[in-house]
Amino acid sequence: MSIKGIRIAGFGGQGVILSGQILGQAASIYGGGFATLTQSYGPEARGGSCMSEVVISDEPIDYPYVQNPNVLIILSQEAYSKHGHNLPAETLVIIDPDLVKPDPSQNPSPFSIPATRMARDMGRVVVANIIMLGFLAAVSEVVSPESLKKSVLTSVPKGTEEFNAKAFELGYNYGLEHRRRSEGAND
Amino acid sequence: MSEDGVLCGTFFMNGDVACAEGAISAGCRFFAGYPITPATEVAERMSERLPHVGGIYIQMEDEIASMSAILGASWAGMKAMTATSGPGFSLMMENLGLGVMLETPCVVVNIQRAGPSTGLPTLPAHADMMQARWGSHGSYEIIALVPSSPQEIFDLTITAFNLSEIYRVPVLVMADEVVGHMSEKVVIPSISPDELSNRRRPTVAPEQYLPYKADGDLVPPMAIAGEGYRFHVTGLTHDEKGYPVMTAEAQDKLVRRLVDKIRLNRRDIIRYDEVDVEDAEVVVCAYGITARIARLAVQQARDSGIRAGLLRLITVWPFAEERIMELAQRVKAFVVPELNYGQIVLEVERCAAGRATTLLVPHMGGSVHLPETILKAIKEVVQ
Amino acid sequence: MTSNVSVEQNIINSFLRLDRMPHIWCAGCGIGPAMRCFIKAIHRAGLDPDKIAVVSGIGCAGRAAGYLRLDSFHTTHGRALPFAIGLKLGNPELNVVVFSGDGDLVAIGGNHLIHAARRNMDMTVICINNFNYGMTGGQLGPTTPVDARSTTSPYGNIENPFNVPYLVAASGATYVARWTVLHARQLERSIAEAMVKPGFSFIEVISPCPTLYGRMNKQPQGLETMHEYQKRSIVRDGADPKDLDITFDGPIVVGKFVDIERPTFWDQYEQLLDRVSGKEN
Repeated sequence: MSIKGIRIAGFGGQGVILSGQILGQAASIYGGGFATLTQSYGPEARGGSCMSEVVISDEPIDYPYVQNPNVLIILSQEAYSKHGHNLPAETLVIIDPDLVKPDPSQNPSPFSIPATRMARDMGRVVVANIIMLGFLAAVSEVVSPESLKKSVLTSVPKGTEEFNAKAFELGYNYGLEHRRRSEGAND
Repeated sequence: MSEDGVLCGTFFMNGDVACAEGAISAGCRFFAGYPITPATEVAERMSERLPHVGGIYIQMEDEIASMSAILGASWAGMKAMTATSGPGFSLMMENLGLGVMLETPCVVVNIQRAGPSTGLPTLPAHADMMQARWGSHGSYEIIALVPSSPQEIFDLTITAFNLSEIYRVPVLVMADEVVGHMSEKVVIPSISPDELSNRRRPTVAPEQYLPYKADGDLVPPMAIAGEGYRFHVTGLTHDEKGYPVMTAEAQDKLVRRLVDKIRLNRRDIIRYDEVDVEDAEVVVCAYGITARIARLAVQQARDSGIRAGLLRLITVWPFAEERIMELAQRVKAFVVPELNYGQIVLEVERCAAGRATTLLVPHMGGSVHLPETILKAIKEVVQ
Repeated sequence: MTSNVSVEQNIINSFLRLDRMPHIWCAGCGIGPAMRCFIKAIHRAGLDPDKIAVVSGIGCAGRAAGYLRLDSFHTTHGRALPFAIGLKLGNPELNVVVFSGDGDLVAIGGNHLIHAARRNMDMTVICINNFNYGMTGGQLGPTTPVDARSTTSPYGNIENPFNVPYLVAASGATYVARWTVLHARQLERSIAEAMVKPGFSFIEVISPCPTLYGRMNKQPQGLETMHEYQKRSIVRDGADPKDLDITFDGPIVVGKFVDIERPTFWDQYEQLLDRVSGKEN
């Protein structure tokens, strides 16, 4: 049995919950496995701290929360202070460098993608989370890129599929490039 | 989506939404409710979906009115539901009692959060388990089901409607915030009409109809308004005609039947499932989200050589007392983890009647047990 | 003449559960005469009794549901209106009448009253106002006039009562009337009008409670009190609802105050259903 835990933390309005929903759907509906999404947020509708957790497994899931995340996507400094420290070396940490200034003393050093800036450059800042998911698909093995892309396309508003597909590809290619560079650095 | 607007397929959805879809699949076409965290998504989904199946959604002024309205709708022949959480559940107790007394089929969903009072609105507990049993005044029996996943809340909402129609009693779906808000895969099958139960209707002419003359299973056939039966029903103690009778004899006869129609049919109502119970020396008795964590703890206990098992209650009321009594003959101990300070444990203790140790693992709510906490309790009782 | 009376009585009897007689109401109580007007109104309007449902709450007036040979629901205290809303929406073909008292509808059920009126729920409310809680022994209610005595205002009531027609008119009712029980023909006509009119109709019926409110306020004879209420009445159709306060011994303005058109909840809901199914196509 393999259980993977993904935690996405940021603030309300960044698509934290939707990202979890897309990821969980990708793993359980399109990926043929099991997934559980839980979420927590403050009383504010926008701007409060917000977190979603996805557990992905090839067997039914008992404990619904992520205990030790395999992947941690951090989208605010506050979330970084809360979640970004004392992590095991194998944890994959992903940040948006425009939103999070990582602590250089911490290991592992995070992967980074300026998803918000890239989304703004595309003309719609709301697709930052889709760019981030594309990046995740490229740099991790938690779910196949095909399932994740399919899940993105069935989760976004009708008429925006093409735009979101472009955002996903953008993040995915950025991730492949990032991976090539970091693997090259290991040689 | 099938042609009649009923959903069908495989979805990644949260428990609240799955509950609403279960209701629609069960034939529910009337929902009256009032927003409350963490049950609001049930109402939101119903407000969106019911118009697509020709059903009625109405947002009432409070939970008292919501509960009253679903009773009224049921007497007009509808399958009707409301959904709430602790504070609203408290307000519903008055007319839940009327539902019991008038023998009105309906479903009440409680996505439980932590109390007392406003408590922790966005966080889980199983704070209202005893309120589900005893919350309204008077002696009565109720049916309460507890789901552990979005799939199960879908399935059990359908079961709840079926049981309420068969036994003419409000049926409670006692979920928790985790199950209500968590998303998982939910398979929604196409449900054929013969999988759904409907209240038995009178077969006699209106002048011969006695609204509370029960059949062999103690459940009377139910007329609905507007069909010429011209019946009367009252929350007062009543006879078979439905007329008030203010005597101890009438009270005895009525209360016995209201209670016995559930008690004597309990074998058809009580559901639970078991993991590794056959040879167990310690049985963890759990329900709702806690049962999933308990399953993990039981597995870990087995891995460390302890003969542990899990009894997961699906029907909490009426209580699975015969099963607990049987197990108490041969197990050493029951471990009862609950998201409260001890409610269902009292029932386990009563049924174990000293033959097996009973250990409560309380958690006041706001989060859930860690598997290790339950594992520790298992280890403690086998020592 | 005799035969006319017996014809009328036969009609009345056909709507009563005669096996439940005698009723529990005191001699001189106004609820019986009001219920009689209700029955005659059904007959007058030519409505199918099988399609009428009566819902009552708790209290003396709430017992009316139990005496009427109609589909009838004796519910919980104050909750007749939301129960009736479920019934009406569950089967919009039903003609739903809520028959209950002032304490039930205006105090414990006050929130439901204003919201049912706001939604313009298609139903008729007959509110028997006897200025006190009769069934529990004559306590102060939301309609007890200032200075009136009750078993919980033994030194005279210090609270301002509701002007009930004003309350429901302001909340959105489309038909509002008030009569005393001796205005039998007007009351019967009002109930008949209200029952055929779509929307939320509210009729307040001023009625004596000789045993309790009357005894404590020097009006121990019900029939005399009925006459007194009638004498104090000023018929003023179309009166401004804000001018309908009732004082301890002042004039009682009666009449039909509101009779307007406004879409009912069901009208709006049907439109919503059309919109939704149109969107699907």
